[in-house]
Amino acid sequence: MGGVFRKLGSMAIDMVWQLGFIARFFWLILYYSGQSFTRLRLTIRELYFSGVLSLLIILVSGLFVGLVLGLQGYEILQRYGSTDAMGTMVALSLLRELGPVVAGLLFASRAGSAVTAEIGLMKVTEQLKAMDMMAVSPIARVVAPRFWGGVVSMPLLAAMFSAMGIFGGWLIGVVFIGVDNGAFWSQMQAAVDFRYDVLNGVIKSCAFGVAVALIAVFEGYDCVPTAEGVSRAITRTVVSSALAILALDFVMTSFMFRGL
Amino acid sequence: MSEPLVSLENVRFAYGERTILRDISLSIPRGKVVAIMGGSGCGKTTLLRLIGGQERAVGGRVLVDGQDVAKLGRDKLYAMRRRMGMLFQFGALFTDISVFDNVAFPLREHTDLPPELINDLVLMKLHAVGLRGAARLMPGELSGGMARRVALARTIALDPMLLMYDEPFTGLDPISLGVIGQLIRRLNDALGASSVIVTHDIQESLQIVDYIYFISEGRVVAEGTPEDIRKTSDPFVHQFVHAEADGPVPFHYPAGDYATALVGGPA
Ligand SMILES: Nc1ncnc2c1ncn2[C@@H]1O[C@H](COP(=O)(O)OP(=O)(O)OP(=O)(O)O)[C@@H](O)[C@H]1O
Ligand SMILES: [Mg+2]
Repeated sequence: MGGVFRKLGSMAIDMVWQLGFIARFFWLILYYSGQSFTRLRLTIRELYFSGVLSLLIILVSGLFVGLVLGLQGYEILQRYGSTDAMGTMVALSLLRELGPVVAGLLFASRAGSAVTAEIGLMKVTEQLKAMDMMAVSPIARVVAPRFWGGVVSMPLLAAMFSAMGIFGGWLIGVVFIGVDNGAFWSQMQAAVDFRYDVLNGVIKSCAFGVAVALIAVFEGYDCVPTAEGVSRAITRTVVSSALAILALDFVMTSFMFRGL
Repeated sequence: MSEPLVSLENVRFAYGERTILRDISLSIPRGKVVAIMGGSGCGKTTLLRLIGGQERAVGGRVLVDGQDVAKLGRDKLYAMRRRMGMLFQFGALFTDISVFDNVAFPLREHTDLPPELINDLVLMKLHAVGLRGAARLMPGELSGGMARRVALARTIALDPMLLMYDEPFTGLDPISLGVIGQLIRRLNDALGASSVIVTHDIQESLQIVDYIYFISEGRVVAEGTPEDIRKTSDPFVHQFVHAEADGPVPFHYPAGDYATALVGGPA
């Protein structure tokens, strides 16, 4: 019995330590961020690796999610004879929830894991130590550009995911099923509010971007410098990012869309 | 000129519970090349880390150019490291950029030299290690020995005042070994720098260094100029020079009794 409490206690202490490390690390990233903007080339390179190379999976997934939304939405709305509202339904689900969340999950497994692996391997091969010995801060040179690359690409990817999803919904609804094209778009235009729906979605995707990018660079930087350590760090990046996204989503949704 | 560039005074260091260095005192005089020798795992790499400020001593002081490394803040430490070059034991080349960019890295980070000048400097450094022709290769395309020579070129890129080489001779064929040995000596003299070489290669060291320290079990157990070392009857030194497995320097990492471990099953 005492053993259980001891374990719980030590786990709690470890977690507090970990949080402290992350906070300090985050502060250092911000502190050195100025440098990653003066050397914009580095950040743009990371933007390419995290953002541009994730485009394909984001666009394809967005399309499929939109197609499914179209089918399900039509099937449900048909019961109430309001298939004209299909555009509204597809757009709202994507902009408010699915766009940021699903794009965030995909982004964590596609780009976040890659960032963790890269930084972790640089640690294993002592590249970070060598850089530090050359009086170049690895946080400024390696970590901060990757962090900002992730933070900037995430909202853009989420936006493209939503756009592609709406296109998918339109394809199913209007082209294949035959919902009225004008109704599809005009209902959407009337029902979607820029500030309430679009902006809140963008805020969500920005928050997810910060969370995923921070987790990815931290896990890489903090990993045990062995092959096994890197593989564990990658797993942790994907799992913690997913949990962070879902938890943040719940909290933010409950503040943004109370409808009270 | 009198005060040494680096001096360690009764330095003690431990990784967690395990004490690696017990009581090390040594100095690296300005303009000299000093070799540090000792069995594998005795803490030579750790010693260089202490000098570079990557680890902090638990006791004693590490002075570089009169400054206590452990007391330096971040900016001062970085300012000091700009004047140091460290060759890592495993090279530690940046794998995502070419050989040329690796050597150019410190120049680009710390100087505002125009690209043409950087180009010339990098090719000069690569030429010195015999790898000018490999400038466009990626680190993954190099052999182990080549990678270490590129790392050497990167280490000397900024013409530092203190050069630290962690086993510069491993993985080199006898010809490159001789050339690199001479290069280390000539660089030191041309730059007016001071150098520390961590190495197992006693024959090569006897040729090029001014002074040798032997470390065992966290202490300096023997020291002297190459002439002293050749003549000495010190058992440590004798074991090293003649590569004997039995002697005062243990070959085995500390462990329990071998026979008991074999008979008694898993420890
Ligand atoms: N990060 C670390 N954490 C814990 N122990 C370490 C760490 N790095 C090294 N050690 C231990 O410290 C001791 C000294 O290591 P060090 O790398 O300095 O040896 P070395 O003299 O350079 O050996 P070699 O000649 O094999 O390179 C070793 O016994 C090693 O087990
Ligand atoms: Mg070593």
